[in-house]
Amino acid sequence: MARQVFVLVGTRKGAFVLESDATRRAWQLRGPFCETWPTNHVVADPLSGTLYAGGGNEWFGPAVWKSTDLGASWTHSSQGLAYEAGQAPVKSVWSLAVGADGSLYAGVEPAGLFRSTDGGVSWTHIDGLQKHPSRPEWNPGGAGLILHSLVLDPADPNKIWVGISAAGVFASEDGGATWEARNRGTRADFMPEGQNYLEFGQCVHCLVMAPGGRGRLYQQNHCGMYRSDDGGRSWESIEKGLPSSFGFPAAVHPRDPDGLYLIPLNGDIKGRFMPEGNAAVWRTGDAGASWQANRAGLPQGGAYFNVLRQAMATDTLEPAGVYFGSNAGGLYASTDEGESWDCVAPHLPTITSVETLVLER
Amino acid sequence: MGGQEPAAASHDGPAPVLVRLPPHLVVLFPGADRLVPVNASSVAEMVDGLDALWPGMRERICDETPAIRRHINVFVAGRRARLSTLLAPGADVFVITAISGG
Repeated sequence: MARQVFVLVGTRKGAFVLESDATRRAWQLRGPFCETWPTNHVVADPLSGTLYAGGGNEWFGPAVWKSTDLGASWTHSSQGLAYEAGQAPVKSVWSLAVGADGSLYAGVEPAGLFRSTDGGVSWTHIDGLQKHPSRPEWNPGGAGLILHSLVLDPADPNKIWVGISAAGVFASEDGGATWEARNRGTRADFMPEGQNYLEFGQCVHCLVMAPGGRGRLYQQNHCGMYRSDDGGRSWESIEKGLPSSFGFPAAVHPRDPDGLYLIPLNGDIKGRFMPEGNAAVWRTGDAGASWQANRAGLPQGGAYFNVLRQAMATDTLEPAGVYFGSNAGGLYASTDEGESWDCVAPHLPTITSVETLVLER
Repeated sequence: MGGQEPAAASHDGPAPVLVRLPPHLVVLFPGADRLVPVNASSVAEMVDGLDALWPGMRERICDETPAIRRHINVFVAGRRARLSTLLAPGADVFVITAISGG
């Protein structure tokens, strides 16, 4: 048995898969898959190795694609992936996650949540989220009213967290029947002075759960970086020491709940690219108390790209691999916990998401 | 609706129309053909027929409004059709991906 590492990449023009042995030194690139549909998220069921890709096509609408042979062949479905007749139609799938009980979840635009219990063949709308009393006041962010972050408790299938731009973080502890806003302590700098701390309406960009099962969450927000140690009920700013409060993705260390990776950009009204044109992945090993910039192997000077919400991930190997993909199509990999980097695929389409899968084969 | 609308069919069951499908729709359904005869007296019935032949094709052509998707055009006798548009026996129907969608 040997371990194979797969990096699953969603792009504006289909899904790609990169594959390597556990040394992660030589990557084989396959794709584009999913008929080059705009693909917002590609994930794997770590137990079965089944791949799922979610996206939407301007012509043909939303779909979740599925591959049981690591990308060699794909099927697609959107059976039930629709709101009731008369509502604004589902435009695209933005996020996917496989639950502890094997259920597959899909977050969509306009923001809503669907569940499949048959491996993505058919879908049921979890309408409890849309019944939250704040729903009429949700406003879209720059990319639309998108449910882009989907966090499932690894042990309790009833616990679900979602991040919606720009409605904020919501959580359910009853499998999606009822929801509460969990945004206390996160800012909305775009609101009038004195109205910056809201119950909902914050522009969350990425929500991730730390390992360890103790309810720790991190989020990159349009307005700051935050940690929660109580399942999102309260948030504490961890942006001190970072070059800006603006960025899109966040990725947790696979084993260390104090380990987090962020990619701060130069600011939301300054072009949203790497500060000074110098790329860096910032790492904390103390839950955000202090930060170090990691630049080795990343472009320094002239790096006017960004990294989108779901476009950074870690793998489960030791030492952990860290991966990110840029809107300019460059996929970067680190095999030493983010310290040094290589560009392993320089010319992909705009990268929307990066996830990993490690299989014993 | 245009002047090509037929009177209600007087025979049993709808007569076949000839549907032309775009290549990037056909590629999503293994075994699907570009040129398909479908028994239908309206665009809605035509979509029913296509979905019966290739399950899931309805969701690619229509949204849950229900309506033909925003960037899909269905042309009948030179005019853009809606789901309610009636089809004459033997009508040529063109399902086309609009340039506005990509």
